[in-house]
Amino acid sequence: MIRYLYGVELDRHPKLAHSMFRDRAWQFKERLDWAVSVTPEGEERDEYDFLNPLYVIWENRDGTHGGSMRLLPTVGQTMVNDHFGHLTGGGPIQSPLIWECTRFCLSPTSTARTAAALMLAGGEVMQGFGVEHYVGVFDARMVRIYRRIGSSPEILGTDGTGRDAISVGLWDFTPAARTRVAMAAGLSTRLSRHWFTRAFGADFQLARTA
Amino acid sequence: MAAQIAPILDDLEQASALEHLQTVIERLRDSFAVDHLVYHWVNSSGEQYGCGTYDPVWVQRYIDQGYLRIDPVISGCFQRFHPVDWKRLDWSSKAARAFLQDALGHGVGNQGFSIPIRGPNGQFALFTVNHSCDDATWEAFTERHRKDLILVAHYFNQKALEFEPGRTPEPAQALSPRELEAMTLLAVGYNRAQAAQSLDISEHTLRVYIESARFKLGALNTTHAVARALSRGIIVV
Repeated sequence: MIRYLYGVELDRHPKLAHSMFRDRAWQFKERLDWAVSVTPEGEERDEYDFLNPLYVIWENRDGTHGGSMRLLPTVGQTMVNDHFGHLTGGGPIQSPLIWECTRFCLSPTSTARTAAALMLAGGEVMQGFGVEHYVGVFDARMVRIYRRIGSSPEILGTDGTGRDAISVGLWDFTPAARTRVAMAAGLSTRLSRHWFTRAFGADFQLARTA
Repeated sequence: MAAQIAPILDDLEQASALEHLQTVIERLRDSFAVDHLVYHWVNSSGEQYGCGTYDPVWVQRYIDQGYLRIDPVISGCFQRFHPVDWKRLDWSSKAARAFLQDALGHGVGNQGFSIPIRGPNGQFALFTVNHSCDDATWEAFTERHRKDLILVAHYFNQKALEFEPGRTPEPAQALSPRELEAMTLLAVGYNRAQAAQSLDISEHTLRVYIESARFKLGALNTTHAVARALSRGIIVV
């Protein structure tokens, strides 16, 4: 299932959080050999994890991490603007309606279905919070996975080559893409919406209370 | 709507004293045709500032009763950055319900939509629209105006930050080369498809550059953004 957790809420889900940061170490350090730092506990964390981002996480049945991504509005400090301005038109992209999506990660045992579930959740956030665009930072390997699940980002630019390639791109979630991605995830859009509603609250009858 | 709000945002930009924000928020309230619009700021040292259209009796009562600690809107928005409809908050505790009754009794409407804003150095602000109406009417309103409200909330906060004592004003964020090109092409009358083709980028990418330029220019829509870029001499056609 999908969980939506702000950084300050991770403490309440220690198993999920620890396995997410460990899987990130596996993906970004061991597999891709990016210049990321790994803590003695084997967790990959960077400065943006300290900015209380919103994590979108696939939680496996046993409570561990299956895949995740990290969202931050581009009005504050972001990885895209701090490091990739040369790929985004020669300067920072800023708007409360444009969020960055970084550290897209899948656990070693996860498949493209999990990636699709995360993309579907990204669509819920757009629809639910009025986000117009995502600017993402991702590794080249992910591009193939995104294509397979029917939600390819539009690549603005790429740094490096081969395994080292890091791309910046834009995501769009059209209703057609939503249906495609839901199929790739093997999930109904209703279930996806249910998880979003569970995280951010169902309608409370204020008027009735009053 | 944009035609009504653009001149108010122009006045907001010109505001040179904190008192002007009150005038601006009252005009915005009238334009959105809602009961109340409220801006509430808490900085890193716990100091509060607010302006808005709530009854001053209610504002004083809110402070006197220490409602900051009970108000579900505060706890539901603090350390968040997504906009929140009051209906989605947890009003189930006895204290929260009593608070709500008290608020309604002081003319606060039953519907609310609050936009949390994270400013620099731990600054936290809330921009809230409040109204009395049924759920369907409210949903239609927030759906239609959500994006405008998010932008206006951030412009309001940027202005309020300028008045913080001892603060060195941050220079306005410059448009990137791509944003400048995009705005210039729109200013000379290109439509989006033509501008995208001329820049050899997709329309989606162009939309992102326009969105970002619009925010940096403090504008509500593309026409307003082009007008501002021209009047500031940022682009020349």
